[in-house]
Amino acid sequence: MKFSYFPGCTDHSTSYEYGRSTEAVFRALGGELVEIEDWNCCGAAATHSINRLLSLCLPARNISKAQSAQVGPLVVPCAGCFNMLKRTEYALKNDEAKRKEIEEIVGFRYDPSFEILALMDLIVNRIGTEKVRERVKRSLKGLKPACYYGCALVRHPKITQLDDPENPQYLDRLMKALGAEPIEWSYKVDCCGADLALTYGNVVKKLVGRIVSMAKEAGAQCIVTSCGLCQANLEMRQEVDLPIFYFTELMGVAFDVEGRDQWWKKHMISPKRLLESLGLA
Amino acid sequence: MRKLGVFICHCGVNIAGTVDVKSVAEEMGRVEDVAHSTDYIYMCSEPGQQIIREAIREKGLEGVVVACCSPSMHENTFRKAVKSQGMNPYLCEIANIREQCSWVHQKDREEATRKAAEIILATLEKVRKNESLEPIAMAIDRRVLVIGGGIAGMTAALDLAEGGYGVVLIEREPGLGGHMAQLSRTFPDLDPALPGLVAKASAVERHPKINLLCYSELEDVKGYVGNFDLTVRKKATLVDWEKCNGCGDCIRDCPVEYASPFERGLGMRKAIDLFYPDSVPSKPVIDREHCQYFLDKGCRRCEEICPKKAINFAQKDERIELKAGAIVVATGYELYPMERLGEYGYGQIPDVIDGLAFERMLSPNGPTRGKILRPSDGKVPKEMVFIQCVASRDPDRYMPYCSRVCCMYTAKHASFYKEQVPDGQPYIFYMDIRSDCKGYEEFLQKTIEERGLLYLRGRVSRVFQDDGKVRVLGVDTLTGRMVEVAADMVVLATAIVPSPGVKDLAAKLRATVDRHGFLTEAHIKLYPVESSTKGIYLAGCGQSPKDISDTVSQASATASKIQALLSTDKLLQDPLIAFVDEGICSGCGICVEICPYEAREMDRRRGISVVHEALCQGCGACIAACPNFACELRNSSASQTLRMVDTFVA
Repeated sequence: MKFSYFPGCTDHSTSYEYGRSTEAVFRALGGELVEIEDWNCCGAAATHSINRLLSLCLPARNISKAQSAQVGPLVVPCAGCFNMLKRTEYALKNDEAKRKEIEEIVGFRYDPSFEILALMDLIVNRIGTEKVRERVKRSLKGLKPACYYGCALVRHPKITQLDDPENPQYLDRLMKALGAEPIEWSYKVDCCGADLALTYGNVVKKLVGRIVSMAKEAGAQCIVTSCGLCQANLEMRQEVDLPIFYFTELMGVAFDVEGRDQWWKKHMISPKRLLESLGLA
Repeated sequence: MRKLGVFICHCGVNIAGTVDVKSVAEEMGRVEDVAHSTDYIYMCSEPGQQIIREAIREKGLEGVVVACCSPSMHENTFRKAVKSQGMNPYLCEIANIREQCSWVHQKDREEATRKAAEIILATLEKVRKNESLEPIAMAIDRRVLVIGGGIAGMTAALDLAEGGYGVVLIEREPGLGGHMAQLSRTFPDLDPALPGLVAKASAVERHPKINLLCYSELEDVKGYVGNFDLTVRKKATLVDWEKCNGCGDCIRDCPVEYASPFERGLGMRKAIDLFYPDSVPSKPVIDREHCQYFLDKGCRRCEEICPKKAINFAQKDERIELKAGAIVVATGYELYPMERLGEYGYGQIPDVIDGLAFERMLSPNGPTRGKILRPSDGKVPKEMVFIQCVASRDPDRYMPYCSRVCCMYTAKHASFYKEQVPDGQPYIFYMDIRSDCKGYEEFLQKTIEERGLLYLRGRVSRVFQDDGKVRVLGVDTLTGRMVEVAADMVVLATAIVPSPGVKDLAAKLRATVDRHGFLTEAHIKLYPVESSTKGIYLAGCGQSPKDISDTVSQASATASKIQALLSTDKLLQDPLIAFVDEGICSGCGICVEICPYEAREMDRRRGISVVHEALCQGCGACIAACPNFACELRNSSASQTLRMVDTFVA
């Protein structure tokens, strides 16, 4: 089980703990992630609103590198990176002229059979929740997370082709496999405000405030995400102290992998008290 | 050598703006056997036709090519014109230099002119070898089958019956009325829907010329225009309608209740019940799926109570063989299923209902006796949201078309709501308001002004249940603000889609449907009520979404078209069909299998294949398939076609 791996900038910086937990969980599942050599920024947040061609070529370069490495399908943990890569894939697959242009600029030939997978999709559907359940050493019983998908993973459905865009279930199924009891709520695909955090902090504060307070109202003890930017926004712009996990971190807790303390250190809202209260520290 | 005439039409600037018609006319005049070549601004106009008629008379023309628009527009016009001068109409051909030339080469005058000349030269080749033909006359059955007993089918049936034609009306449900029976009052006059509808249904039921078959479906169709052989399956009602006096004792005593589809799930019906309370015919049917007798033989209450001994649990489906000369397809519509609308709660939120459900709520005979009450707790909603264009005009995810009735009925709904709940607040989310029929705009403006309705221009992104309320997130694009409403109830104006099963029915009828399943007309402007298959006619929402006024107009148009068709003794059909050279045909039978119209048959005695003249549509499939070149299409023979091709490649 070998996969090409695109960590994206965040997994080496702000979402360091997402990257480390992803790798740790993957080892526990018996898989291997081979980081793309000399990868570059996916272009998220800025390029697609400034220069469409650049926003297609930056991810295309990563696709080209991963394709030529011949390791296997490309796995992407971050929802934003995933969305950018899938947009490029969509253009490569459906727009002949654009494909030629991109190939010319990046200098490669696109292979339409090359797969790009969201880490969440890979774990839930390829590896399967059965296999995840087998690896669980300590059940997350009693933990009530709100599964938060955000927008980038499921939209546009034609492009990302991942789960139901209105009421996605992958994370919920994964959390159940870990023994947790995900709550039902209506804000799982609401926008967190993304990079508006840098320019219109108040807007993001409002959006995040609603997501977090609604999760709390629905009885959640924490929120689970799959995106570096969602996690940062939810953690930094809320006012109620609800811990925000990456789903890989909770997998790590359930699998009881090493080095978890290093992850918690990166959290603005420490999840330690919550985990201790459930005997999962 | 035939003396030929060429007549080139400018079509205003449509052709002349691109093609140099004068030079083409001159060029054609130099062709050896062309005795007359000219051009005119509108050849189809009366003076234009006069030019053709005079030229035939004066020059003694024996064949004519009119270079103009598509033959589906004016072939008939010009053939009639030449016929008036004693020329066989099949010696007149159209050279299409508009759709196939000027329109597609607007940027290249020189090339277009050259191509137009080539098209005319090729058509001249055809006319040189055309035979004089006579139309084929066929006997005709003067009865009409109408499929669907909604307002469209009933209107067509009554018009035809009043015209003296026998009608068989089949309806899938146990009663007449279709969706119109579910409506409360109708726009723009706010007339109650039911009284008029029931009067019409009773007239249908009583009419001596109409054979009404309710609870019936079309099973099989054979034959062709003028001579259809039909098999109708009359489903077992399990109640002998001959004996039943409609007293209703069985319905009252039936212990089984379930959510009524007619009431859109807001009310209940019994396992033995009428289609709806005022249904015509006023006779009940037993629903096998819910009846206790069919579940465990545990109940025969209706059988016991019936004073007429009309209950018959052993009744079987019945097959009825019929003949008809024409068929009206009036199969109506369904609303787009809410279960597929993720952003609006997948049909799982009880207080989010569709337009027809709200109509039931507003109906005096409906589940709430006309009162607007929340389905979840029966309370009067104080904040109401109406959302238009749900699944309509959304090419990316749902239906690209406009469903046409929602703007008007939403205004009506909001108005009724405000009438009943004066202190309530209705919000209407819309994209555009379309009110383009007689009295509609006036109705709308009056309603908005008098009732003080709040129209918000924008879409709703999400609707979800939240603490006893239905939270609606939308945008008002005129102020550029997000709008959030904690509503008590939401009414979705969901898209009109074709009734389920229309695709199968169309396949049986050899009629075509578009990609959404609506039946297609032969020509959207020139033949709007005819299907592409001869003898099959369309009425109502099965063809496209439309309101009641348009449906009734279309149904009447359909009826009068059929009356014209059936008014003759013999049906005349174009003779441009396949024929077999009996000396060459080896009887292999490939043509029989390939024919989409069942028009080819083996003559076992002679060991060759023959053409059923009435069925052949002249499509040419058999001609392409015949390994011996034994079949040909009249006036499109292989030699004619090859000569035409030669002209193009020369």
